[in-house]
This record gives sequence, structure tokens and C-alpha cells, in this order.
Amino acid sequence: MDRDRVITQLSIFVNNDPGRLAQVSKVLRETGINMKAFNLAESQEFGILRAIVDDPEESYEKLRSKGIIVRKTDVLGIKIDDAPGSLVEASDAFGKEGVNIEYGYAYTGRKASAFFIRVNDLDKAIAILEREGIATLNSSEI
Amino acid sequence: MVALYWNPKIECMPKEELKALQYRELKQLVNNLYSFNRFYHDRMKAQNVHPDDINGLSDITKLPFMFKQDLRDNYPTHMFTYPNREIKRYHVSSGTTGKPTLVGYTQNDLDYWTEALARSLTSIGVGSEDTMAISYGYGLFTGGLGLHYGAEKVGATVLPMGTGNSERQIELIQDLGVTAIACTPSYLIHLGDVAKKMGVDIRKDTLLKKAVLGAEPWSESMRQHIEESMGVRAYDIYGTSEQAGPMFTECEERNGIHIAGDIMYVEILDPDTQEPLEPGQKGEMVVTMLKKEAMPMIRYRIKDVTTLIDDECACGRTSPRISRITGRTDDMLIVRGINVFPSQIEYTLMQIPQVGDQYMIYVSREGALDSMTIQVEIKEEAFSDKVDEMNRLRAHIESQLKKYLNIAVAVELKAPGALPRFEGKAKRVIDNRVI
Repeated sequence: MDRDRVITQLSIFVNNDPGRLAQVSKVLRETGINMKAFNLAESQEFGILRAIVDDPEESYEKLRSKGIIVRKTDVLGIKIDDAPGSLVEASDAFGKEGVNIEYGYAYTGRKASAFFIRVNDLDKAIAILEREGIATLNSSEI
Repeated sequence: MVALYWNPKIECMPKEELKALQYRELKQLVNNLYSFNRFYHDRMKAQNVHPDDINGLSDITKLPFMFKQDLRDNYPTHMFTYPNREIKRYHVSSGTTGKPTLVGYTQNDLDYWTEALARSLTSIGVGSEDTMAISYGYGLFTGGLGLHYGAEKVGATVLPMGTGNSERQIELIQDLGVTAIACTPSYLIHLGDVAKKMGVDIRKDTLLKKAVLGAEPWSESMRQHIEESMGVRAYDIYGTSEQAGPMFTECEERNGIHIAGDIMYVEILDPDTQEPLEPGQKGEMVVTMLKKEAMPMIRYRIKDVTTLIDDECACGRTSPRISRITGRTDDMLIVRGINVFPSQIEYTLMQIPQVGDQYMIYVSREGALDSMTIQVEIKEEAFSDKVDEMNRLRAHIESQLKKYLNIAVAVELKAPGALPRFEGKAKRVIDNRVI
């Protein structure tokens, strides 16, 4: 399996109390963590902030040391080029082989654009991407 | 013609005679329990009391107390005096932790429960001319079946409504000419709101005139609100499952709840010293069920706070009265008529591996109905980046709580460290209800 394709996302639990997100953002700023892409999923009383950052390992430790609930999650960044259909290709292939996309969010960077996805079976998903020749971002391209 | 009294001989017995009767009942009860009830025999032995030591009503203070914990320790039937063939019914209410409180009844126990309610309902003028809706929960809860048999006993037409489906209840109250209802005060207020939405004016469009309300704390201002908005006369009813169930009500005078003295003996004690208090002094009520057979209930620390009223009531009944229950000496909450102990909540939460040590309980009243929200800190390892997994965890905690508390609660998931920490005694319950 090509681990280069795997991007580490930080998943942060945030309570929906007034000021909670501000508090997390403040920690990110103080610790110099730069969010390249993020997505906030909400439920009634809490949210889950999913973020792609510069140095996930170091950022993870910094956040933890501030008492913030954070988890490392493996995601894939499907490259989106200017031609239509690049995402369809991947999701089609996943669908046929029972790989489920649990959530996803878009990223537009200086070097490339991508759609970050979390799948239920990472190894299988990577095998499909290899076989179908679908390009993904690696960490250095973010 | 509506009878004034159900059992005038007892209800209007001269006070001294009643005291003599109470003493005879107590003496017999203690003799029986000492001989036939293992639990209370042992307890009397431990306190070095013998039935021969009981030579007057005031000697009751020599007898050992009983606690809710005793019911739990002897769950399910170790405290029973009689074998199963004599036990005719069980009711179950919430305990303080995992195990529920089980009460059992012999036929005599059921008959005295019904007798007490027949006296109570007669005292507020409910009789054979009435159609009474029982809008308490039926089933393991004592309210529904208790009032049901009491109302049947006085000859009323009984509508075993139960709880819920409020629009249908309003329709039936209209269609069947319901004149009296028994339910929790908050549910009656809710029914009033539902009627209004349906365009039904309880005052003009129904025959409802009397409401027997209890199973949760309420106040004179709630009574006023109910009476003014619905045109019904509201009466307070008291009784817990340990006593039998709801049993005793106010009379037409509505100046205290009449306690049938031949059935229950009331002491009001200083909660700290357990010394008897004078009538009019507020203290902890301790009850002795004089007729109870299936399980003893002697000097039971029921934890309700009230005062004894011992003057003559204008209704002619000589039985002592207690004033409205003003509080508890423990932390029990009554939410939508259901008893909830914070210890039960804690016990349930601690069985769930994903839940951390900290939690908060919020009780509020929206409109007429109570709601309870429990905030729980989840453990770090229980956190997922997927919202549906977190929602599933929340739903799981809610269903576990529902299972143990018998009441729906809303759960909010909190990050570790998000809830307050307490240095001294933890204050995890915030009751925002204005009653």
C-alpha cells in the first residue's frame, strides 16, 4: 500500500457553547498551527472540527497539551483537475467495490485542488485508486 | 345525595379514642412483626427492643427506623411477612441506585388502600354521580390502579385514561361528561393548554369540576392558576408506594391533608436529632403503616418535609392532617411525577464505558411539563471524527437512562474538562423549575 497517499487529518471535538470555537482557534493561533483546509460538522450540542494542518504530528501534541480532545484520522485527497468528472471516477469505483465515503470536504490550494475524503476501508480504497490510476495529493503538495 | 363521610365511625372518632385505637393497632403490629417478620425481628433485636416495651403510643419512639435502603437491601421479597400465595400484587418504583423499589400487597393491604381512597374521594364530594378520569400512569406505578379502585369503590364511573394522547383525553372528557380527574398538576395544566389549542373551553364545554392532583410537588399559586384558568376545584393528594400509593387528600376545607389515623401514624421529627416536634413545627415525616401486612413499614423515614396540623377541622373529621409537602431531606427529584434520584443517574452513567466521571443534571419546566437534561463528559477515547457515531453514543446513553429512570431525558455530550469540578460537596443538580 502506498502510504504516501494517506493524509493525516486532525479531528477536534468542540462543544457548542458560546466561545468554544474561539477558544480552539486561539490555541491554534498561539501554537502557530496553520489550518490548510477544514470542515466543521455539527450536531445539536457539539461540533467536530476536521482540519488539515502543516505538521499534523506536532500540532496534535500541541493541542493535546492544551487539553483539547483531538484525534488523528487518515484521509485521502482526491485531486480535482480542471476537467469535470475526476471525482465521479473515484466514487464510482469505490461504490462498485463497497468502499463507503463517510464524509468529505473540498480544498483549493496554491499547488492543487482536492477533495478530502474519509473512507471506511482505507487499504481497499488505495488499491482501487492505484488500479484506476486516480491521482491523490501527498502531504508535500498541501 | 352525596355522603359526607365514607366511614363516619372512624373518621369522626373522638381524638382520645383514635389514639387508643392507634396504640392497639401498633401493639398488635409490633407483636406480629416480632414473631413473623425476620427483617424487623432482627432490627428490634439489634436495638434491644421487645414488643413488651411498647405500652403506649409514645413508646413508638423506642422502635427502630426503616429506610429506603432497607427495601433495596432486601430486594425483592426478603422483607415480606407472608409467602407468595398471600401476595396479591406488586408495584415497582425507582430505587436510589440500580435496583428498583418493590412493594407487595396482601388482599387486606389492597383493601385498606382502597378504603383510604374511598374516604378521601368522599371527603371531596366524589361519588356515584361522578365520572372520573384516571389520568395517572397505569402499570407498575401506583397512581393509576390506586385511584382506579378507589373511584370504583365510591361508585364513580371510572375512565381508565392513563397518560398521554392528550387530544383524545379532551374529547373523551367532553363526550363522556367527565366530572372529576386524577393526574399530576403539571399534566392537568398541559391538558388545559391542549384544550385551548383545540378550541375547547374546559369551563364551558366540559363538566369537569374537580381535580385530584399529586405525585409531584406543586404550590398554592399553581392551584390558583389551575382553578382560574379551568374552573375546576383542585385538591392535593399524598401517598407514596411505600405507604401503598396515593391515599390521602385534603377535604373540602382544603386546610391540610387528612391522614386516616387508623391506617397511618405520622411522626414529625427534627431531621438532625430525630426528636419529635410539636404540631405546627416543620420537620421530617416518619410514617408507620398500622394495617400493613405484606411488608412492614414501621417508622419509615420517608424523607418528605411537612408539618402536623392537629386542630379540629371544620369538616368534622378528627384525623390529624399534614400540610403541603414542602421539600425533601434527601436529594430525590420528582420529574413529571416520577421519582428520580441523582444516585440512579450516576449509577446508570457509570455503567457506560464511554462516559467519564463528570456529569450535570438540569431540570426545567417548559410550559407545564418538566424536562431533564443531563450533560455528560465523554472519555477521550470515546471521541470519533464521525458525527453519526457520536449521535449513536448520545442515543445509547439516553436509552440507558430511560430504561433505568423510566423517564425520557435529553443527553448532551461534553468534552472532557468542559463541566464544572467541585471541591467540596458536588452540586450536580440544577433545578430551574418555578413551582
